[in-house]
Amino acid sequence: MEYFIQQLVNGITLGSIYGLIAIGYTMVYGIIGMINFAHGDIFMIGAFVALISFIIFGLTGVALPIILLLVLLIAMLFTACYGWTVEKLAYKPLRGSFRLAPLISALGMSIVLQNYVQVSQGARVKPMQPLFSGGLEFFKNSEFIVTVSYLQIFIVVLTIILMGIFTYLITKTDLGRAQRACEQDRTMTALLGINVDRTISITFIIGSSLASVAGMMFVLYYGVIDFYIGFLAGIKAFTAAVLGGIGSLPGAMLGGLLIGLIETFWAGYVSLEYKDVAAFSVLIVVLIFFPTGFLGKPDIEKV
Amino acid sequence: MEKKDIIQSFKDSLFTGLIALALFGPIVGLRTVSKGEGLFITPQWGVVFLLVGLCILGRFLININSARRTEFKIFSILSSKFSNVTEDKAKHFAITGILFAVVFPFLPFTDRYFMDVAIMILTYIMLGWGLNIVVGLAGLLDLGYVAFYAVGAYSYALIATTFGWSFWICLPLAGVFAAFFGILLGFPVLRLRGDYLAIVTLGFGEIIRIILINWYEVTNGPDGITGIPRPSFFGLPFKRSPDEGETSFHLFFNLEYSTMHRIIFLYYLILVLALITNYFTLKIRKLPVGRAWEALREDEIACKSLGVNPTNTKLTAFAIGAMFGGFAGSFFATRQAFISPESFTFIESAIIVAIVVLGGMGSQTGVVLASIFLIGITEMFRDLEQYRMIAFGGAMVLIMVFKPKGILANRKPTIFMHGDKK
Repeated sequence: MEYFIQQLVNGITLGSIYGLIAIGYTMVYGIIGMINFAHGDIFMIGAFVALISFIIFGLTGVALPIILLLVLLIAMLFTACYGWTVEKLAYKPLRGSFRLAPLISALGMSIVLQNYVQVSQGARVKPMQPLFSGGLEFFKNSEFIVTVSYLQIFIVVLTIILMGIFTYLITKTDLGRAQRACEQDRTMTALLGINVDRTISITFIIGSSLASVAGMMFVLYYGVIDFYIGFLAGIKAFTAAVLGGIGSLPGAMLGGLLIGLIETFWAGYVSLEYKDVAAFSVLIVVLIFFPTGFLGKPDIEKV
Repeated sequence: MEKKDIIQSFKDSLFTGLIALALFGPIVGLRTVSKGEGLFITPQWGVVFLLVGLCILGRFLININSARRTEFKIFSILSSKFSNVTEDKAKHFAITGILFAVVFPFLPFTDRYFMDVAIMILTYIMLGWGLNIVVGLAGLLDLGYVAFYAVGAYSYALIATTFGWSFWICLPLAGVFAAFFGILLGFPVLRLRGDYLAIVTLGFGEIIRIILINWYEVTNGPDGITGIPRPSFFGLPFKRSPDEGETSFHLFFNLEYSTMHRIIFLYYLILVLALITNYFTLKIRKLPVGRAWEALREDEIACKSLGVNPTNTKLTAFAIGAMFGGFAGSFFATRQAFISPESFTFIESAIIVAIVVLGGMGSQTGVVLASIFLIGITEMFRDLEQYRMIAFGGAMVLIMVFKPKGILANRKPTIFMHGDKK
């Protein structure tokens, strides 16, 4: 039982990270109907920017909360630039092309980003000294002590805060309204005087910033990153987005949590080696039996 | 050009420079290096300023000349001329190409290195032709094609090392196994829409690779399988000193022993395998099932209303494509005599997809040109391993942006109403 609770805590933490990445997939899919294959690599770049800023601020000796806030903002800013540029270079010229064209372009972009980081930062794994230590301990009398580290609390709380801001942004502001309108009908939205290109750019910026936060959490949580982390994390987050129903924002978060839990429980109870197989199998099973996910709208094909 | 325009484009270039600075600043400019226990930063501002300067200059030149449009025109004129020429002379081109391929091993400048590269290019051509059935004809984007390549390679390696059967028995078996895996995967997932299918096939490719790494008892994990038997020339092995009771190739034909014999034999083997793939594809395009593939690619709903069963039709394409992948895989295993999961990563799938897409989906000649181009370039820049992958990915993006149909956009209908044939 205690072991179960420990796995639950770990799963929720991991799920928060996946959920934040999944939002980027689901938003982009909602608005331009493409799978942004390079999104996982945007997340990886976010992790690298965060790592670099942690090292720089680590030398200055500023208090931890200030460092965290600064790194968060810096990572979001710089990673958003990447998201914006990728969209402008690789996806915008392809609007209205045949359906698989943006996917192939995204695949190329993903290869470019991965190898670009490999060249400029080196292929070795980058370890980082842990910034957080300690945590709360539960069930001290039993055999297995459940530990909830401060880092895990930080990750979950930050995710909840970001989700709050994000939900407000999408449901209550003009920007969010424009974004939802673009999802429904781009031509009509343009006729009503909304700058569709700008809205799409902003979608990419928001998605990339959230991915960069996930990247920062990843650096803190695992303590090592390399240029290849984006591939697996990207696939898992995409699975999360599909599981929750692609195009649905609460679905992405729900899917992220589920994937995080499935992966941790699989690793904890079944087998550690095959934990990635679990994610892929879930993806295949979900797509076969619930192609619209849990919270998605059915997709009607028109002639 | 007016002064206002120049100022405008200058401002625009500066903005580009600012973005470039934000992009390259942290990732290129601040390189993290592990020293002893921790990570330290080594600044590389020179490179960053160079890159930013190039971006500003490039943007400025594009703005000033609006070079983008002319460049684009040149590109499309060139490529359309090119595809016209090749389409008109497709037959001549094919015959010349095949003749060249046949005499290639005996040309004076051909040495061991050239042969190795040629064998590699032919392997990719074969994989490209195999995948072209799935992607080009049936329009299903398969990002996990390397899985079938792996299944072919491993089934050949396992059968040959366990039972000691010859290459010619194992080859069809490997194809059958790969096709079986194709059906296994295809049956549940082929109902999915294009981009979902792409991701699922990618996931399948990864599953196969993870299983190969972890299933020690059978696949020997990351260490791979060694000592895979080399092929023999219809029972005559290529050995300097054959075992007792055996005659080796050079003794039988009274030749001086040379390692090149085996290489040349492998070369012809893959050439024949690739040509069989090509011939098969060209023939099946004219059969009802081939026509159904192309019809499905163009309009699935129309096909359904005409009574074509989309799942079964796609499944045949998937299985046949997988089978050719399996053949290529067993060739790979016998050539290398050693296989490990490392050879079957996602990037291999991406390269094969890139060959098909770059060549122009559905074009057989395009696949040949794209393989020679991509693999040839990669070989030339062997030392710049990492930069070459950047160029590779960049080429994929650029081709999609400027010429989404590929170098040879060959989507000519295979059937005409009478009188429409031009």
